[in-house]
Order: sequence, then C-alpha cells, then structure tokens
Amino acid sequence: MSTKNFRPFNLKKTIRPGETIIQSLLFVAGVLSIMITITLVYELGKEALLFFNNPDVTLAKFFGTTEWQPGIGKYGIWPLVTSTLITSFIAMLIALPLGLAAALYLSEYASPKVRSILKPILEILAGIPTVVYGFFALLFVTPILQSIMGKDNISVYNMLSAGLVMGIMILPLISSMSEDAFSAVPRPLREGAYAMGATKLETSLQVVLPAALSGIGAAVILGISRAIGETMIVAVAAGSGPNFTLNPFEAAETMTGNIARISGGDLSYGSIDYTSLFAIALMLFLVTLVLNLISQYVVQRFREQYE
Amino acid sequence: MENNVEPEYAIVTNDLSIHYGSYTAVKGVNVKVEKQKITAIIGPSGCGKSTLLRSFNRMNDFVPNCRVTGELLLQGQNLYSKDVDPVEARRRIGMVFQKPNPFPKSIYENIAWGARINGFKGNMDELVEQSLRGAALWEEVKDLLQKSAYELSGGQQQRLCIARTIAIQPEIILMDEPASALDPISTLRIEELMQELKKNYTIIIVTHNMQQAARASDYTAMMMIDDQRSGGVIEFDDTKKIFTRPKDKRTEDYVTGRFG
Repeated sequence: MSTKNFRPFNLKKTIRPGETIIQSLLFVAGVLSIMITITLVYELGKEALLFFNNPDVTLAKFFGTTEWQPGIGKYGIWPLVTSTLITSFIAMLIALPLGLAAALYLSEYASPKVRSILKPILEILAGIPTVVYGFFALLFVTPILQSIMGKDNISVYNMLSAGLVMGIMILPLISSMSEDAFSAVPRPLREGAYAMGATKLETSLQVVLPAALSGIGAAVILGISRAIGETMIVAVAAGSGPNFTLNPFEAAETMTGNIARISGGDLSYGSIDYTSLFAIALMLFLVTLVLNLISQYVVQRFREQYE
Repeated sequence: MENNVEPEYAIVTNDLSIHYGSYTAVKGVNVKVEKQKITAIIGPSGCGKSTLLRSFNRMNDFVPNCRVTGELLLQGQNLYSKDVDPVEARRRIGMVFQKPNPFPKSIYENIAWGARINGFKGNMDELVEQSLRGAALWEEVKDLLQKSAYELSGGQQQRLCIARTIAIQPEIILMDEPASALDPISTLRIEELMQELKKNYTIIIVTHNMQQAARASDYTAMMMIDDQRSGGVIEFDDTKKIFTRPKDKRTEDYVTGRFG
C-alpha cells in the first residue's frame, strides 16, 4: 500500500496586483460620478445664492408672486413652474398609456418576428433630434390643433402641442424600459396564470403588469425627468415669455425654455438676469427631485415583488 | 350526446405525438388515465415526461414551433381539435409546477384571483378557506392571509399552488415534479395530500423519484427515448406490476436502479 504524499499547505497572503489595480480604478470611477454631481449642485447653489442675496429678491416674492421679469424687479417663479408642469403632464398623459400598451404588445402578444421589426422602429423615435420634434410640434401639430379647435381658441405657440409632441418623444423610452421590465417577469409566473385558465389579457394585466411595476416605475421616473428637462421642443413650440396660466391652449414659457432664451441673449456676469438663470435651474432640480421621490414612493407602495 | 369513451377514463390518448419543428419529442403515446386515480409518469431525464404532461392542458401552446398530432380525448372531445378553446380547457385541467410559482400577491389573492377570473360569484372567504383546508395549509396561514405569498416556505408555497388549483375546481390536476424542490418532510405532506385529493380529482404526476411513484401512485407510465431521441411510453400498467413484475426489460432496469 502506498502512502499518499501531502503537499504542504502554504496559506500566506498573496498580493495580486491586477486585482488591486482594477479595484482602485472602479473605485475612482464611482467617486468621480459622485464628485461631478456634488460639483454641479455646488455651482448651481453658489450662483443661485447670488440671486437670492440681492436685496430686492425675497423668498416671499419668489414663491408668492406670479410674474417673472427679473430685469424689472418681478421675481415670481410660478409662471415658469406651472408651464413646465403642464407640458410635462400632457407629455406623460400621452407617453405612459401608449408606452405601456406598446410594451405589453411587444412583450406579451407580438411574435418574435414582429417584435424584431417593431422594436427598432420604435427606438428610432428616440434618436430624432429634439429640435426636429420642436418644429414638428410648431409646424405640424399646432396647425392640426388649430383646424380642430379654431384659430381663435388656441395660439400659435401653445403648451398643448409642445406637450403632445414631448409625449411622442418620451414614448420609446417608456415602452423600451417597460418592455424590459415585462420580459424580466419570470416565465413560470405566466405559466401559473395560464394554467389557472387565465386569458392572455388577464395574465398580462393582472399578473405580469403588477410584477413588473418596479421596472415601470423606473421608466416613469426617467420619463418625467426627461419631460421636465426637455428644452428644445418647448423653446420652439410652447412660447417665449413667462405667462401664468393653467390653460394649455395658451403660450407659456417653461423653466428650461426661459433659461435657453435668456442665456442666448447678451448677459453680463453677475447681473440679475444672469443669476436668475441659476435660481431657475435650482428650482428645476428641486421639482425633478420631488417628482422622483413621489414616483419612487408610489412604486414602493404598489409594487408586487416576485422573490 | 354520445360518448366514445368509457366514463371511468379522464384522459385517453390515441397515438399522441409532440413535435418541435422537425424533431419529434414524444412519439405515439396510447394511454388511458383512469378517473380519481393517481397516475405517475416516470423515466430518465429528457425522455419527454414533462413535455407529455404539458400537452395535457395545452401549455405547449406557448412553445413556438410545437405541434401535436394524434388525439387527446377528454370525455370523447379531442383537446386538439380546432374548435377547442384552450383557456376553457385549462380551467378544467389544473396544473402544479416543479418550482412553486405563487403570484406576487397576498395569500388570499393567490386563491381568489383564479376563482374570480373563472367567474366565481359565491362567498370568496369561504372558498379561500375551503381551498386552503383542501391543501392542508389553512391552519398554518389562517392568520397570514393578507401577507405576501413569498413569505411562505417552499413547501407551503407549493401547497398554496395546489390550493389555488383546487379553488377553480378542475376535474384533473397535473403535477410536474411537484416535490422535487422540497425537503423530505414537505414532500411527504404533498404525497399525503395527493391521497386526499384523489377522492375528488384525477391526478397525473411526473416524478423523478421512483419511491414516490411506487408509494403514491395507482398507475405508472414508464417513458424512455428511442434511437431517434424521441420519447415514448414503453410500459403502462398498475404501479404494483411496474415495480414488481415489469414486462419490459428496460423498465425493470430502470425501476431497480440499474440505470437512469
């Protein structure tokens, strides 16, 4: 009988330079993105502070009045905020149901062949420059709206047309992300539903959709952020000039539209017009943040988790 | 209406074959599944047991390229004739899967949902209780009905899946290795439950576990692949006979553990 020769154990720590380097690189990448965000917020806050430090500007005026003309001492932010919210709301009203319907069709109903044709086409919509969408709104959608409603009832620049087209722009984002969320729902869950005698519609709407809700929530959050931050479409089609109104048929400038227009003009550093842009940007940041938090809360509240 | 089939059979197949494209996965199955009995399908991996089982409630409709030939008769009606509504068929033929797959809903809703979509109009609380009792789960979950089904253990989840299946009151329950992901105690509970269920339902179970087939089933179908890699039923008989005096040498080798 032969005795087995045991190799001696050597369990000393080994230094693996490759691992260390990669780990450091990944760490730097992570820190960098955080640093960039912090720097952005810092710059934004610093310049916005200059605006609010102006003895003429008070928070009461900023939040309490409804006219925005910093050049002549009117500091009410609301007209810009309402038009941003209205155009974004209209956009989501279009993008969410259509996007979800398209996603459900693509993931649950379409044959693989149909899907392979439709999905890229839908994604082309996302690749169109937004300035093109802007003129599409102004020169195509607005005339249609005018012919439906009469020229007197809807102005050439209006929030409705900008919002509608913005919705079309966001649609592929919503549908593509939602489709991924639907496809990620495990197959056994669908089979379980079908085996209970569920129809395709019952399975899609009552089992797959609730299970995919957290992914859809992410799509909605991203969609809202895009709608609020979208500049070119509203700058071209929604109107230039703050206007405090809740009527989507009227022209009204959004926060982004105002920033784009004012910064395109002749601005001197430190002037009230200049610092006001940062105040708007900060407000934009806050609105987006609040809406993100709300949608996150809604998703947390209603999602149905599978494992 | 004239019945072509003797009433004691729940399912009769006539030369049933299942094809994926040009490949024949299951070939020429002729079995008669007796009512209110437990029929086990055994055989080595990849012999088409699950494929055959899934053809019994048309789950293979969701597999692209899958084609079924021959006949599968339920009270004389061919499940695969063109005028059969597969949704309606699945309401009469329930299925329990290999891995527990409760819906991401509360325990209560897991049972109520299927009943509701099937048009149940009676007292839902009662139905939920009855179904959970029927699946021997009521005592464990009666205070947790509004909790997510995912808070249950694997064995409890599987019994929940059985409960939701009996809530829609099918005639036949198909079980695809229902205990393979469970520990021995949960497995035993499922087997005890099957004995209870066969009083009211016809049960067809696919299993890898030969002791399970020997313990729990009344009839056994032995499946095996041929040289074209097509699966088929090589022997179908009383479970006792299959395990003590099999006619086919391959069955004998398999049940005595000589291969497989």
